[in-house]
Amino acid sequence: MTSQVKFNVDTKALGRIAQGGAVLGAGGGGNPYVGRLMVQQMLGDDKTVPVIDIDTMGDDELILPIAMMGAPVVMIEKFPSGNEIPNLVNMIERLMQKKVSAILCIEAGGLNSTIPFIAAAQMGLPIVDGDAMGRAFPELQMVTFTLGGINATPMAMFDDKGNGATFDTVSNQWTEKLARALTIEMGGSAMVGLYAVTAKQCREYLIRDSLSMAHEIGEIMENHGGDVTDALAKRFGGAHLFQGRVRDVERRNETGFSKGTVTLEGTGDFRNSEAVLSFQNEFLAAEVDGKTVATTPDLITLLDANIGEPVTTDMVKYGLSVNVLGLPCDPIWRSEKGLELVGPKYFGLDVPYTPI
Amino acid sequence: MIRIGVDVGGTNTDAVVMENTTFLGGAKSPTTPDILTGVQNAVTAAMAEAGTSAGGVDAIMVGTTHFVNALVQRKELAQSGIIRLCLPSGGSLTPFADWPADLVSAIGGQFELIDGGYEMDGREISPLDEAQLLRAVDSLLDKGCREIALSCVFAPVRADMEKEAEEIIAKHRPKVSVTASREIGRMGILERENAALINASLKPLANDVVAAFSSLQGDLGLTCPLFFTRNDGTLIKASEVRRLPVLTFACGPTNSMRGAAFLSGLKNALVVDIGGTTTDVGEVRDGFPRLAGTSVSVADVQTNFSMPDVISIGLGGGSIVVPGDQPSIGPSSVGHRLLQDAVIFGGQTLTASDLAVAAGRAQMGSAPAPDIENMAGLLDIMDQTVADAVARSRTSGEEMPVLAVGGGSVLMADMVDGLTVIRPEHHDLANAVGAAIAQVSGEVSKVVQLDDNLDREQAIEQITEEARQIAIAANADPKTLNILSKSDVPLAYLPGNNLAISVTVVGDLNTGVSQ
Repeated sequence: MTSQVKFNVDTKALGRIAQGGAVLGAGGGGNPYVGRLMVQQMLGDDKTVPVIDIDTMGDDELILPIAMMGAPVVMIEKFPSGNEIPNLVNMIERLMQKKVSAILCIEAGGLNSTIPFIAAAQMGLPIVDGDAMGRAFPELQMVTFTLGGINATPMAMFDDKGNGATFDTVSNQWTEKLARALTIEMGGSAMVGLYAVTAKQCREYLIRDSLSMAHEIGEIMENHGGDVTDALAKRFGGAHLFQGRVRDVERRNETGFSKGTVTLEGTGDFRNSEAVLSFQNEFLAAEVDGKTVATTPDLITLLDANIGEPVTTDMVKYGLSVNVLGLPCDPIWRSEKGLELVGPKYFGLDVPYTPI
Repeated sequence: MIRIGVDVGGTNTDAVVMENTTFLGGAKSPTTPDILTGVQNAVTAAMAEAGTSAGGVDAIMVGTTHFVNALVQRKELAQSGIIRLCLPSGGSLTPFADWPADLVSAIGGQFELIDGGYEMDGREISPLDEAQLLRAVDSLLDKGCREIALSCVFAPVRADMEKEAEEIIAKHRPKVSVTASREIGRMGILERENAALINASLKPLANDVVAAFSSLQGDLGLTCPLFFTRNDGTLIKASEVRRLPVLTFACGPTNSMRGAAFLSGLKNALVVDIGGTTTDVGEVRDGFPRLAGTSVSVADVQTNFSMPDVISIGLGGGSIVVPGDQPSIGPSSVGHRLLQDAVIFGGQTLTASDLAVAAGRAQMGSAPAPDIENMAGLLDIMDQTVADAVARSRTSGEEMPVLAVGGGSVLMADMVDGLTVIRPEHHDLANAVGAAIAQVSGEVSKVVQLDDNLDREQAIEQITEEARQIAIAANADPKTLNILSKSDVPLAYLPGNNLAISVTVVGDLNTGVSQ
């Protein structure tokens, strides 16, 4: 079976995907700007990356998700050498005894929405339309593949200096722990190839069409300014949860994650109301006047009220005028097992999951 | 203390004389092609109005658009290349990424990646290789570079290697002029490199500009120190402008906002500065402009030095008005030819100033106001354009006054976006006043790792002290130093307590200092 190309991504389409990826980042996942520039350098003026539908792939064809692991802030200062991805692909092919047929995006939100395009462009491979989060999450095991019993390992990791490592672990939680520790030694960021799967294995657990969705979000943002919140809520079955001005940001650093709360004072239709958003890298829960209106795994995203651009949890600051957009997560996350993995309780929040 | 503040704008050059906080006199003069004649005319007239003699002046502060104009017009830019200390990392994203093609060709677009750089915790990626560095310098010079910029991965965390590279170049290639990224930008190597490259390309022009102002000072009989104003509303010594012209880049809007706040006696307000060709809108908080949060686009290049958050639109007193079925105002403008071309000055071109006079908002000119077809519709377009920019500048629905300043502020209605418009006294000289009242700052931005011997408060205190020392070295009076901004953000996704701390302090200029 030969895979069918849904659309080709050039530098312009990539810009839209990066914008959409920032919205799907739900306040975290890092800024996709640097990733977009790296793909642009790889693509030049005339190359494109083909995006394919998984159903047109043969059952046994191998798909390799590629991502950056570590602190996005490192990525704005220190860029990969460019050898990491060929190293990763070679290593995985050696471990799996099989050629890689396509690249996959593991996390459609934030920086990792663009990183896989570097791999696809550099290796001359197509990229599958879909991902395993439908958004950004802070930990490596927080993927739909974990629900399908798919192991993250064998996993390969390479740094900018040429150091490589492979992992063989007993659970995806262990992979997260060990890989995170090695990332630090490698200088705070590294490229990883993990959850290598055949098309057949992942079909059921893939969140479909997330690249198309990111692209469409980018397109909607191009055509709207400050009023983009309602347009996105309408198109994707979400909700305009709040509108207000940032009155307080409280941040603390715990076990390597940036945690805290953002308090908003209502404006416009929400005058005299107050919203509190809690975050751990990504926004986890939104409360309006003491009542929970949205929680993880649904997406809570802040958009700059003036220009419509997404605001990440490390960018949010006093005085900023914002809209709070809630988008429903993929239905797979709303299952009991899904909520166990990425629901509010996992993040230590004492609120029930409140679907949008 | 008597100070002269000068602002060189695209259309007019303004000068004021201030004694501490008192306005003694001011004047406006058209900006001349050579810049200096306009400055001389404005300063002479301002001193005459103030009744100040050259000997009585303690300092002169200049804000000029020389540099941003050169960049926007891609003129008088030196061929500049950059050396990044990064290998083996860094190859996947090289310098000049995301630059407009015409600017890359104006500057040359040359770069070299060599060994070096740090990890985020200060460990070396690889050691600096002296021979390799000098080969990179020679290669850039061979390719026609006149100026060299230098960047090092995580230089904001650890500056040693960039400094060492600078010293090696100074020792072995003493004639080569170097711009070091750490002196200009913050975390974010691409934006910092962009700022360093822009700075490098402007250095020869900066030399000429400073020399010209110094000789002008001589012509005016002024022996006091000469300062330029920086993007953040503070001062930089003339000698430092030769090295770091880019720090004066966006001083125009900053000076006008600070001047407006000062003249109105308000600490918090929105400021609309309408000139001959453009309108700048921004917000003043505690007397200083609200700064752009992350990166700022300068002539279509992303940079990350401290810049005011300003919205610029193409509307000014000289904006060309097209009446009729498809009415429009601007963005094309008669610019500094307003006094010849506008109908109210006997010219042939219908401008926004003609519209304002015809509508009774202003009284000026030497000829009667024209009859304008669809005047109400045109006024509506003009008011809506300003209101949109004001609305975009607001960060909340909070009521706050709008200060209208600049020669073109007569165009404005009395209310904008539901807010009251105030026109402070001497509003048409607000930018020169902002230059005259500029203070001295020190800014430090660093990642600090907390441990048992260093808690958050101590780390912030340490960085604050570093910022204070920088300000004092730049002639700030230690007794007047205040913290202007302070932020600390934990670095996400990494264990260990890493804090990115930024502190800016400001204080009054110490008088009687040498340059």
